[in-house]
Amino acid sequence: MNRYEIWIAFMTIVIREVRRFLRIWPQTIIPPVVTMALFFLIFGNVIGSRIGFMQGLPYSQFVAPGLIMLSVITNSYGNVVSSFYGSKFQRNIEELLVSPTPNIIILSGYIVGGMARGLLVGLIVSLVSLFFTDFSVFSPLIALAIILMTSMMFSVAGFLNAIYANSFDDISVIPNFVLTPLVYLGGVFYSTSLLSEFWANVSLINPILYMVNTFRFGFSGVTDIDIFWAFTMVTLFTLVLFLISLKLLRDSPRLRT
Amino acid sequence: MKEEKDFALVLRELSKLYENGFQALSGINLEVESGDFFALLGPNGAGKSTTIGIICSLIRKTGGVVKIFGRDTDINFSSAKKLIGIVPQEFNFNQFEKPIDILVTQAGYYGISRSVALKRAKKYLTLLGLWDKRGVSSRVLSGGMKRRLMIARALVHNPKLLILDEPTAGVDIELRRSMWEFLQDINEAGTTIILTTHYLEEAENLCRNVAIINHGRIEQHTSVKSLVRQLQVQTFSLDIKDKLPQVPVVGGYQIRKVDDHVIEVDVLRNQTINPLIAGLSDQSIEVVSMSHKTNRLEELFLKIIEKNESK
Repeated sequence: MNRYEIWIAFMTIVIREVRRFLRIWPQTIIPPVVTMALFFLIFGNVIGSRIGFMQGLPYSQFVAPGLIMLSVITNSYGNVVSSFYGSKFQRNIEELLVSPTPNIIILSGYIVGGMARGLLVGLIVSLVSLFFTDFSVFSPLIALAIILMTSMMFSVAGFLNAIYANSFDDISVIPNFVLTPLVYLGGVFYSTSLLSEFWANVSLINPILYMVNTFRFGFSGVTDIDIFWAFTMVTLFTLVLFLISLKLLRDSPRLRT
Repeated sequence: MKEEKDFALVLRELSKLYENGFQALSGINLEVESGDFFALLGPNGAGKSTTIGIICSLIRKTGGVVKIFGRDTDINFSSAKKLIGIVPQEFNFNQFEKPIDILVTQAGYYGISRSVALKRAKKYLTLLGLWDKRGVSSRVLSGGMKRRLMIARALVHNPKLLILDEPTAGVDIELRRSMWEFLQDINEAGTTIILTTHYLEEAENLCRNVAIINHGRIEQHTSVKSLVRQLQVQTFSLDIKDKLPQVPVVGGYQIRKVDDHVIEVDVLRNQTINPLIAGLSDQSIEVVSMSHKTNRLEELFLKIIEKNESK
């Protein structure tokens, strides 16, 4: 395939993915927005008003970046894992596997599709959050960069999960038992400075802590961790997951017997 | 002498050993000429679908070489794949998408722009009688329509080699005939076709060449005509007007009584049937009608399989 043909193949996957999640918007867009609105209402306003300030910010402002990040992570991951596994289940993934589309383009197409949903939901959640809190943006570049990279990383992770999954149960295990605990314990609702030294150190092995804090830094300029280290770690994680996914796309007996 | 690029498909020592230890293919060698209408026949589990799966890269081979119009699929992966269209045995499209979207998306995977893809989708959906259904969800299509949709999808990138795995399985006779006509038309237009089928009548009517595969090996690779020539005996079924009191005897023919009004007669290849009819007339037995009792190719197919298994 020449470059033009590869571009068409890539855009075909992206457009198909975007059309898929827009077609089923009551399942893909509305529920996360409603959930986040409830989080804002309860943690931001009802409980947040009693908590007061955290890291020098009103609690509703403190919690907003984490909740936006939470929606981006879960939706980027969820889009790719359900779409790719659905294609495996219906066997229409074979349409792609028999085509000349290079594996790297297949993977990239799914990632961009996942990012599109994650970022769209993140944008809507950001707009919803304005009903509950005011926030300024300290560094738009850092906020944008970390949200894009996080979305990319979790899209790749969703792809990896989908390759390994043999049933619909398998695509919900990781989000429920790994992703959600990591997000909730990743500093969305609290600052690690509130934890004992031991648990604060344990939190440092949670990659989501770095993403949430960096994103919050983009808004408020306040962080618990080193921003440079956060970007390095997200980049490395994404790269490793991408290379593993690419290898599995070529060699996995779960795709080609 | 023909070179490998002159063949639509060349398989050299193709083998597949599954992880559970099952040897599905044991060094298959096969050549399919460009423009051919070729049948791959074999009983269930013979290795037909594994062979097709390897050709279109859904199954990884453990040994051997696959060449599509001279392009090695291990080396010229992309250009080889562009030349193949595949119609699998089971429905494998997104049942929630519309037929038109399925075709345009498939064309996109081959780098074909949307405007060109839309024209081709219209062409093939119209030819296969699905244009009126282009905007409905594919899951509401009938089984025959879904099968035709898969053929349209396989053709949308204009492949030079079309491979169909049991294309008319579960399709009614009328639709099967119309699919045969369609496939003959595109073959005459230059597309090489390989099909696997259980309907041996299908191979006999459509195909010029045939390979019989069993236990992962090619048992026969020849023309359909030469295969049919191997038939030594044909069996005819004769409907008799009046009740037969006993089995009639006509010299040189093996006659069996099926019931009071039907007999079966084995006729050798070098025999004519005129003396049979005359002999029956002499005994005042009136023949009302006559037909082939069995599918001849099917009979031969079973004999070849049995002969090779008894070796």
